Order: sequence, then structure tokens, then C-alpha cells
Amino acid sequence: MAQTLKVNGKEVTVDVDPGTPLLWVLREKLGLLGTKFGCGQGLCGACTVHVNGTATRSCLLPVAAVSGEVTTIEGLSSDNSHPAQRAWIEADAPQCGYCQSGQVMACAALLKAKPNPTEADISAAMTNLCRCGTYGKIRKAVQIAVKINAKGEV
Amino acid sequence: MKTDQEKNNPVVLSRRSFVQSTAATVAGLVLGFHLPANPMRRSEAFAAEAEGKVSSEAKEAKLNTWLRIAPDGVITIYVARSEMGQGVFTSMSMIIAEELEADWSKIRVEPAPSGPEFNYTGQPFEITGGSMSIRTTWDILQRIGAIARHMLVAAAAQKWGVTPESCHAEQGFVVHKASGRKAGFGELTAAAAALPVDTIPKEPKLKTRAEYKLIGKPMKRLDTPAKVSGKPLFGIDVVVPDMVYAAVRHSPVFGGECSNFAELAKAMPAGTTLVKTTGAIIAVADSWWTAKTVIGGLEPKWTKGATTGQSSETIEKKLRTAASGKKNPVATKKGEPDKALATAKTKLEAEYSTPFLAHTPMEPLNCTAHVKPDGIEIWVGTQSHTLTKLLVSNATKVPQDKIVVHTTYLGGGFGRRAGSDEVMQAIVASKAVGKPVKLIWSREEDVQHDFYRPATLVKMKAGLGEDGLPVAITASIAGPSIMKRWTVFGGVGKDGIDMTTIEGLADLKYECPNQHIQAAIVDTGVPVGFWRSVGSSHNAFYVESFMDELAHAAKQDPYKFRRALLEKSHPRFVKVLDTVARMSKWETPPAEGRFRGIAIAESFGSIVGEVAEISVTADGRLTVHKVWVAVDCGRYVNPDTIVAQMEGGVVYGLSAALRGQITLRNGRVEQSNFHDASMLAPYEMPEVAVEIVDSGEAPGGVGEPGVPPIAPAVTNAIFAATGKRLRTLPISNHKLTGGKPT
Repeated sequence: MAQTLKVNGKEVTVDVDPGTPLLWVLREKLGLLGTKFGCGQGLCGACTVHVNGTATRSCLLPVAAVSGEVTTIEGLSSDNSHPAQRAWIEADAPQCGYCQSGQVMACAALLKAKPNPTEADISAAMTNLCRCGTYGKIRKAVQIAVKINAKGEV
Repeated sequence: MKTDQEKNNPVVLSRRSFVQSTAATVAGLVLGFHLPANPMRRSEAFAAEAEGKVSSEAKEAKLNTWLRIAPDGVITIYVARSEMGQGVFTSMSMIIAEELEADWSKIRVEPAPSGPEFNYTGQPFEITGGSMSIRTTWDILQRIGAIARHMLVAAAAQKWGVTPESCHAEQGFVVHKASGRKAGFGELTAAAAALPVDTIPKEPKLKTRAEYKLIGKPMKRLDTPAKVSGKPLFGIDVVVPDMVYAAVRHSPVFGGECSNFAELAKAMPAGTTLVKTTGAIIAVADSWWTAKTVIGGLEPKWTKGATTGQSSETIEKKLRTAASGKKNPVATKKGEPDKALATAKTKLEAEYSTPFLAHTPMEPLNCTAHVKPDGIEIWVGTQSHTLTKLLVSNATKVPQDKIVVHTTYLGGGFGRRAGSDEVMQAIVASKAVGKPVKLIWSREEDVQHDFYRPATLVKMKAGLGEDGLPVAITASIAGPSIMKRWTVFGGVGKDGIDMTTIEGLADLKYECPNQHIQAAIVDTGVPVGFWRSVGSSHNAFYVESFMDELAHAAKQDPYKFRRALLEKSHPRFVKVLDTVARMSKWETPPAEGRFRGIAIAESFGSIVGEVAEISVTADGRLTVHKVWVAVDCGRYVNPDTIVAQMEGGVVYGLSAALRGQITLRNGRVEQSNFHDASMLAPYEMPEVAVEIVDSGEAPGGVGEPGVPPIAPAVTNAIFAATGKRLRTLPISNHKLTGGKPT
């Protein structure tokens, strides 16, 4: 069944079962492979994208239920220039890197919603799991991202 | 894990006695060594050719290839170790770049293709595991960089009509100081490649440590920008034309087989195919979601398997019976332990055990395979592309030179990606449908069909003398054998002992004149394998908890008790202990309500000491606030990597210590996804402080050694807080009560 979506600023139509989770539409139909499959149960956050700017776990969200604009890691910037990406590079946060698209997207949504987040805001927003244990560096990266976002520089 | 590679360490470069460069007008300078003559290796000599990644010059010369310097000065380093987060692409490149005097900004890394040209050790297969990458390749990489530098300098000297001694390499250039002339590496490649082979030094002069500019300095990872951009780096991201997707469903009981396959296969919806393989069925469809949904809706029947009727309780009983055996194989015997125990002033006896554990790397297992009439092409994030090739060849009877393995980045490994179950399944599926197939495991399949860290049980005894010091220590451990299944890694020893069961247990560093360490193998039917830090993951918990018991029995401080028993023979351990004690201000009491525990363990050539500071609320809620880590990993390359690996090791070990367990009921794994096979969440992350103890000794591993000490450091702290000694893991199985002062 044809489903129409707006993804990274472009309108796209895909022919899939309406119950297909957004994650698989992004990955297999649209070739946007930066959004990752981790658990399929909304537990880990590797599949985090933005729907109307809000961090959303795409592995459980049926494509037919998506209302609004979808942004994936590929849509954040084409050159790693988004404050969250710059901060992640500055903090050298990743290890294996598999969860980091989702982590960056969670941070990007936080920056939009709360440009001056408290430590508690950061804790509430950054709940994605990382098996490599990069939580310490992710925390630093978020703090750097807040600064870059505010001043346009580190 | 210890493979032949490690046993044969250090790698003997003289076997690669002959260096050769290639005429390269287009490709630049490709540098490699001839392989040792070895019939086994000749059979796969052209494997790399099919992959199209090696320059034709390299193919002709049959070199094992290490780096390529292009005319534009870009240096590509082929790394035949898998990048799974541990940072080897960066650290191994640093070693070459150091000796080469390369401009770091010109360095690119590529995963090496799976041909013999890219084999470091000359073994039939190589694996990224056992925290071995730096340890087994440092010398080789250093010499490669130095030889390339020598050649570039010689080429420049020739061009300028000066002596090579009057020139030197610096930051990607060769410089003739006297005349002020300067040439980039890129413009020298053709001349360097044309140098007569006999002018190339076999043993080039290497830098001294004082001359290092990169090694030992914190360097950012080369792969970070790609990893925050959403680029398709991982196996799961592979796209091949005409590819279809597959989902797998295993027998819930280990070793069962689908008994109603024909019936199920007949009733499959249009456009989908059902395939049977060992212990599982596979659905193939035009999308993974369809394949997964279809296979989830089937009602397969399964035969009985190896774990039918088994539960965690029956397995524990088996382990206890085996550990109580009187005639188990002996790993260590010193003095007269029975006699010493009988006459000891104080006697202690304890039973410890730890559960099966799943690896759960964030990237679910997956493989893309294309079985073609003339061979097999495979794309997979594997810890060993060479072993994958070997195992696939053995299973399919397709010769290795007709198998191509493309190694991708790994979304976590931890030992799980040392196997090849997903590879075999993708091959079976591709063969059945005649197309390339991307097969992905669901998280549920991953949790329930891992090869797990073995569950083990140990019975320990100790006697203390008048002075409170141990006069005898005995331990009898029982568990399933990893090596029995993984015979390619050497199998079980002739003495009937699996080395992985006893590592970190049979070689006690603490002084004790009378010792008896035994180990029994128990078959449980549950598949087991290498799990980050392997045997040390449980043995450090056993040894370091028991040492804590001894210290308390001797009424001594746990740090000083350990220190006294290490002082005579193990100065590196003492230094690590002293460092972590200083970092954690061990001798100053913690804030009210906080308690500390200490542990130290050596694994994979490195010594790691950890102190955990915790609190326990009145209703028993445990918080790990801070962890201090002191690590002596000998000579090291990238301190940033070491810190990251220690942090990661602490988190991995803490996840297991707090809640990690795979339990069986009716022969099936009870856990299924991250809600009940859970890992540490961000809000639980303790502050981790890491200090490197710079011993300058032979390099040790860093990927695994951070894991073993954390469980005992935390449970020893829990004892300090509550007076309760936890002898089984995970901690969540115990009811803790409010902390009390020690």
C-alpha cells in the first residue's frame, strides 16, 4: 500500500504494508542506513529519529502512524556540521559507533527543545543504551554540544 | 582466549626475511613482505585478487601488503584486524605513521581484504580477540613504517645526488637540511618503488621511545567522523544489487530440529520462502520486516535437544557435583595443601558461582551472502575474516580461493563475532533462493541463541597461619568447556583441562606455599564461547572475593593484605595496587554512607586494579558512584584508547555483575531482550577515573582487562557496606539491606 512521508525535507512515497515500522521503511525502502536496528522493542534507542523535531524510536512506530516530518541522522547535516555531530567529534565519543546515530539524534532533539538544559534535562533526554560503555563521553559531548549550539563554537 | 598466535608471540619477523617493493607508476608505493613458504597458505594465495582491492603489482609480487603511499601523498594502511570499537584502526596506524614520519592528516585506514597478503602472523587464520592486536603486530608495524621511511629517504637522496645520511623524513616530507631541499612522500613513491631490492634494510633502525611523536600521545579516533555521520559502515548496512532479506528462528531448546518443516514450507505466503538449516528455520522475503513477521507467525514443531528437561537448577547441581569430585584434573599443585589446611589456625571454606552470560553487541548478528556458481561472496562484521573463510570452506566444500569475505565495521564484538553461525545461515538461504541474502537476527534470537560465557561453580578453601597470612589455598572449579567446541583454537589440553576455565585462577599471584587448583569439564548442552575477558570474567570474582574474605578473617585491610602477599614477587601488581589506592584515597575513610571495595587482576598481559565506591539505601538499593582504575598494560600506543577501553570494560563488567544472567527453564533461555537481558543504563553510569601505570614493559592487551576486577570490587564494597558476602552473581538476585559502617 502506498504511504507518503516527508523525510529529510523531501516528500517520498513507498509501497509497504502500513504496519511496517518506520525504521525498516527508512533502511530498506529509502536507503537511509544511518538509523539502526538494535532491539525492535523501543528499549535501546539505536533507531532514534526526529518526528516533527521530537526524538522518536522508529522501530515500533508503524509507518502509517507517522504524522509529520521525519528527520534522520542523514538529514541532520551533510557534513557533520550540526552542533551535536561537532561535539561528538570533539569528545571523540564513539567506540563501535553502532548506537551513536541514535545518541546524536537524541542530543539534537534536546538542543532544539531545551537549548540550556540542566543536568537533569540531559539525564531525561539521553536514555539510549550503549554496550561499549561510552556514557561518560556522551555526557561530555552533550555538554559541548550545548556550548556550540549557544555560541556557534566550542 | 589464547590461540596459537599468542603462544607464538612475539612474531618472528625473520621468517619474512625478504622485503620487496613494486614498480608502481600509478599505484604509488605498495609495501609488503613475502610470505613464508607454506603449502597451506599457497592454496589461498589468490583470494585477494578476486576482491579487487589489491593493486595488480602487489598481486604479481604475491606480497602481504601493509601500506600504500599514493602519488598525492595519501597513505592507506590496510589493517587486518577488525574494528569493533576497541580503536585498533587508529592505534595500529599510529605505529606505522610514527616510524614512517607520516603526516597524520594524510593517513587513511582500510579493512584488509581476506587474502594471505594481509596476514600478520603467518598462521592459517587470524582473529581479533584475546586483546592481542597491538601485542602481536607492534613489531611488524614499526618495521614496515621504518622500511618505507628508509626507502623514501633513499629515493630523495638519489634524486638530489646526496647521501641518504644527510637527509631525514619529517611529517610527510624528506628533507635535506644542508641545502634546504624538501620533497613530499607522494612525489617520491615512483623512485622509492624502483629502488633495487637489495638496498632495502631488513632490520631498519627504529626510533627510540624518546623520539616518539605519536606513540604514547592521546590521538583521536580516525573513524569518529564517519560514525557520527550515519554512513553505512556496518554489516547490517550492506546493500547488494538484487538482494533479499532473511529472518531466522531457532529451536527454543538447544540442539532441537524443526520436525514439521515440509508442512510449514508449503503454506508460506506468496513471495516468501522457508529454508531449513541446523537447529533453525529461515524465512526469506523482499523485506526483513516481512520475513520476520512471517516467521513469527509460523507454528514450528521442534524435536528434543541437548537441553531438553534441563534448567538452571539442574545445571547448578551438575556443576556442584563435578566441583566436589576428588579426582578432577589438577592445574596447579604446590606444597602439601591438605596437610597445611589441616593444621592451619583459621580455616575458610566457600562456594562461589556465576551464571551464563550473553554478549548482546548493539548490532544484531547479520550476514549478507551470495552463493554464485563459481564461489561464495560474504559481507560480515566478523572478528576473523580468515577463520570465517576457513569454516565456510570446511562446511560447504567450496575451496577457500573461491570464497571472498568483505569485513565491515563491527557494531560491537565482545567475542560474539568470533563465530560464524549467522554466516552459515546466510549461505544456506542464498543457496536456496539463488540470490544474495541479507540475514538478520532479531534481538530475541540473539539473547536466546548466543554461545554464552560459561556458567561455573568453584569450591574454595584456605588456611591462615598464626600471622594471618595464607598457608594453603585450594580451588576446584567446574564448568562447560569453550575449547571443546572451539577446537580450532587448540581444544582441551591433554591433561583434560580447558585453559579458559582456569585462566586467572590456576596462576595465583598471591604468595601461598601450598596450593591445589583443579578443574572439571561439565557438559550442559548450552553452547558456550569467548565472552569479553573469558575465564578471568569469573575467576577474578572468585579469587578477589575470596581474598577479601581472607583479609577480613585475618582482620587486615583488604588493600594491605593483598599488597603484603604480592610484595615479594610481583612489583608491577604492587605499583598498580598502590596507584589505585592513592587515586581512591583508600586510606582516608569515604563520606558517610559510602563504602569501597578493591580488586586486582591480570589478564591478557595487563594488570588492572579497581576500587568501587558504593552506597546501599535502607531498602537495599545499590548505587555504584565511582570507580577508580589503575592499569599497567606495558608500553602503550594511544592513551585515549586505553582510557576508553577501561571505561568500557567497567561498564561491561558492571552490567554483568549487577543484573547479567542467562537462565534456563525447560531447556530454554528465559531472557529475551534488553528488558530482562539488560545492560547498564546511562543513569547508572558511575564516574570512572583511569590512570595508566607506565611500566614500559612488553605491551599488554586493553580490550578485555578492564572487565574482571569490577565485579569483586563492587561485591567487596557491598560486604564493607552491609556485612553480606555475595558469592553468586548477579547482585540483583540478592536482597541487600541498609548499609552499616565497617
